[in-house]
Amino acid sequence: MRFGVVVFPGSNCDADTFHALNGVLGCDTVYLWHKDHDLQGVDCVVLPGGFSYGDYLRSGAIARFSPLMQEVKRFARKGGFVLGICNGFQILLELGLLPGAMLRNKNLKFICQHVHIRVENAGTVFTRRAAEGQVLRIPIAHFDGNYYAPPAVYRRLEGNGQIVFRYCDDSGQTDEAANVNGSLAGIAGVINAEGNVLGMMPHPERAVESLLGSTDGRFVFQSLIDSPAGRGRTTRRPS
Amino acid sequence: MIDSGLLERHNLTADEYALIVDLIGREPNLTELGIFSVMWSEHCGYKSSKVHLKKLPTRGPRVIQGPGENAGVLDIGGGLAVVFKIESHNHPSYIEPYQGAATGVGGILRDIFTMGARPVAVMDSLRFGPLDNPANRSIMEGVVSGIAGYGNAFGVPTVGGETAFHPCYALNPLVNVFCLGLAEKDGIFYAKAGRPGNAVLYVGARTGRDGIHGATMASAEFGNDIEHKRPNVQVGDPFKEKLLLEACLEVMSRNLIVGIQDMGAAGLTCSTTEIAAKSGLGIGIDLDRVPQREAGMTPYEIMLSESQERMLIVAEPDKVEAVRDVFAKWDLEAPVIGKVEAGGRLKVRDHGEEVIDIPVDAVVNLCPVYRRPAKAPSPETRKAQRMIPKRPPLKNFGEALLTLLSSPALADKSWIFRQYDHMVQTNTVFPPGADAAVIRIKGSRRALAMTLDGNAFHAFQDPKTGGRAAVAEACRNLACVGARPIGVTNCLNFGNPEKPEIMWQFEQVVKGMAEACRAFGIPVTGGNVSFYNDTEGASVHPTPVVGVVGLIEDVRKIVRPGFEKPGDVVVLLGANANEPGAAAYLRILHGLDGGRPPRMNLKTEKAVQDLCLDTAEAGWLRSAHDISEGGLAVSLAECCLLGSRGRGCDVQLQDRLPEDVLLFGETHSRIVVTVKKENLGRLKKAARKAGVPVTAIGRVGGKTLIIRHLGSELLRIEVEDIRKHWSRAIPDLFRIS
Repeated sequence: MRFGVVVFPGSNCDADTFHALNGVLGCDTVYLWHKDHDLQGVDCVVLPGGFSYGDYLRSGAIARFSPLMQEVKRFARKGGFVLGICNGFQILLELGLLPGAMLRNKNLKFICQHVHIRVENAGTVFTRRAAEGQVLRIPIAHFDGNYYAPPAVYRRLEGNGQIVFRYCDDSGQTDEAANVNGSLAGIAGVINAEGNVLGMMPHPERAVESLLGSTDGRFVFQSLIDSPAGRGRTTRRPS
Repeated sequence: MIDSGLLERHNLTADEYALIVDLIGREPNLTELGIFSVMWSEHCGYKSSKVHLKKLPTRGPRVIQGPGENAGVLDIGGGLAVVFKIESHNHPSYIEPYQGAATGVGGILRDIFTMGARPVAVMDSLRFGPLDNPANRSIMEGVVSGIAGYGNAFGVPTVGGETAFHPCYALNPLVNVFCLGLAEKDGIFYAKAGRPGNAVLYVGARTGRDGIHGATMASAEFGNDIEHKRPNVQVGDPFKEKLLLEACLEVMSRNLIVGIQDMGAAGLTCSTTEIAAKSGLGIGIDLDRVPQREAGMTPYEIMLSESQERMLIVAEPDKVEAVRDVFAKWDLEAPVIGKVEAGGRLKVRDHGEEVIDIPVDAVVNLCPVYRRPAKAPSPETRKAQRMIPKRPPLKNFGEALLTLLSSPALADKSWIFRQYDHMVQTNTVFPPGADAAVIRIKGSRRALAMTLDGNAFHAFQDPKTGGRAAVAEACRNLACVGARPIGVTNCLNFGNPEKPEIMWQFEQVVKGMAEACRAFGIPVTGGNVSFYNDTEGASVHPTPVVGVVGLIEDVRKIVRPGFEKPGDVVVLLGANANEPGAAAYLRILHGLDGGRPPRMNLKTEKAVQDLCLDTAEAGWLRSAHDISEGGLAVSLAECCLLGSRGRGCDVQLQDRLPEDVLLFGETHSRIVVTVKKENLGRLKKAARKAGVPVTAIGRVGGKTLIIRHLGSELLRIEVEDIRKHWSRAIPDLFRIS
């Protein structure tokens, strides 16, 4: 599977994501520049974390107008895989590829820490390597991660199995205390109805090496790599 | 017309003015006066500190660049170099905590990437007034959000730091920011002008009226009129800085530029004159071409503005277009505003008219240097400072420990570091809170460790010992994670140097630091002096903050602070002593500030650290944690708290010392380590050889911290009970109710 990591002005997890995919997992990975129109034949577009355009106006609000994002939108509509991490998730919401919006964290502070998330749907292309109900330990780092959607949208997400991750404690319990940023029903990640676009606030690219405290982020990337679309292609060791 | 009132507003003395007239051969105009005023300020000119700073050792086999550039540079092998420095942003952070702290981070980041290094870690040393006062809480909240707001958006991890509290910082908080960058050893850039005819480019943000006279402000005492100083504080834009970083590193890696200098304190003035003076050349610029944020700015305002996120670049004429293309790619302006000239003069034109024509050498190199009078306190004061304070006996040691761990000084600081993205760049091996921060170097087995340290309470009682201890303790922190120190940077925060007693403190602290650096064989590669930390006549405690960088050859051998395996033996490296003076427990439990601080025997200290390092590298240590503020009991409690499973321990002490001193005294040169039982013999043998006293004092196990002394039990507390007190203390103070 060939991955493309988008670089916006103000992206700051682009190199980390590239390192995780290419340096650690050995995947063929390229950077995609926000001013370009060429997706370079990738199978999965990753919108990395950071502060695209300074997150001025509203997180992700300006990035969605980048020339490249018009291509990403078409790519997603044709079934291409898109993974939005943190700021990337916020951009997907602004772009309308995923429903809902982000509010400030409930404590009105930036939060950076390891959290536990429960896999609510292990049938997606992003989670098939994990088990339903499995608890993953992956860090978050955001100011606006308090997910919100209107009741009708929430019911639809719940009904379709589009809620992919929920914040929980280390035993998998989801409650007020574990819901670190105050998200609606503890939502940490959602997928579109077609199942090819995932947005998540936790940073899987920060959890692929045991030296840094967790390797649970590999479940997300490995699921993609092992997907039918991914298996057909050769992976390349970093040069 | 320049009169005494105008000179006073520019913080220049009559003698200094006479020297300016003499150097330029005429009376300066107002803009020129402004230029001398900032460049000859204490902040830029180091005029009170220079003679003393010369005592610090600055050479060593790893030193590529010592003091005098934007940051120090050390060779770490493998074709790589570390670039690091610490800076204060104290005054702005009091006036406007968020922007003051944010631009402090922005400034130090630019110091690092100006040299061609990518910033990979930030740490902060903070001092506030006591948190029971809402005004102090508000300052702390603003400072922490400011650091977070800038560093998080820029994408540099804030990996550690320290925070302390005392009433002397209530009206003068300290915000010292350290940054470390990684660079190719052969890719370091300097403030160079090359040769006459080279183009001078202005890159980054536009110039506005913010921050005019920031450096002069940082060189004077504050009165109660700080509201009026608010326009002197700059406003930060971390997004612009991130673009500037990427663009600068790109033109550097493509070898498109000759030299570069950031526009920090004194902005355009400092960057133009320094880049010219360092190459013995002159520079001519045209103010019409300087991008401006607002209309109608005077030459005085443009030259002295401290608007953030700007750089001055010198490039050969045929490379200018390529440089501009790179900046355009990152949506940044990069106009040519002038050129390098022969003749050594700064010539500034505005609308075709020459408004400045002065020799750069005079501005940059001929700032008067003072050996200000220093006066030791009277013998009676000295004696009083050394008295062992009389204190009531402690009735309940367990309660005393919980009180200490719930005081903001010793409590869990995760309320602070949770607001910092401490993981971005995916190199952070430890979350903040360990003895030192550790970041791995991608593509190698090696790692860098770094720490900030400085105990102002010790330095206040005995400045020289405090200076020695600051360096020694920072090195001890590194030893605990298994890192060998390679270099030092320092930020020296003091009161008004025109007061002889303050100057004495400064002189003593620097002497002490110099001794310690020599004992550890580590060079000082740069730093910062912040004088005039006085508000309404009261000075802060002498607060030397030392940043030490260390190298770990094999990241798999790093040592963590927490207890992990039941049955492991708890060993004390070093010896307990009867030294209660200046300890945190005296302040927190008894409200006593005084007493002679613990001695610092550098030979003993070095021996203890070397033993810790040797045994860490041999792979014998399961954990290591130093004993500092709060003493042995606090250190043991932290070992329980910082382990991944909250293990307890049962410790027996045999020293014939007063119990309170044994538990909470801050005697130096002590480290708590744990080893597997099988390794105890080896450790003891190595210790004998090194001449270091070591004592097996207990075992790891259970869920309770138990400390016994000569057969009687001093305290017994559940680790989770300790954790509640320790972790809730700071959040409870900031709870929104």
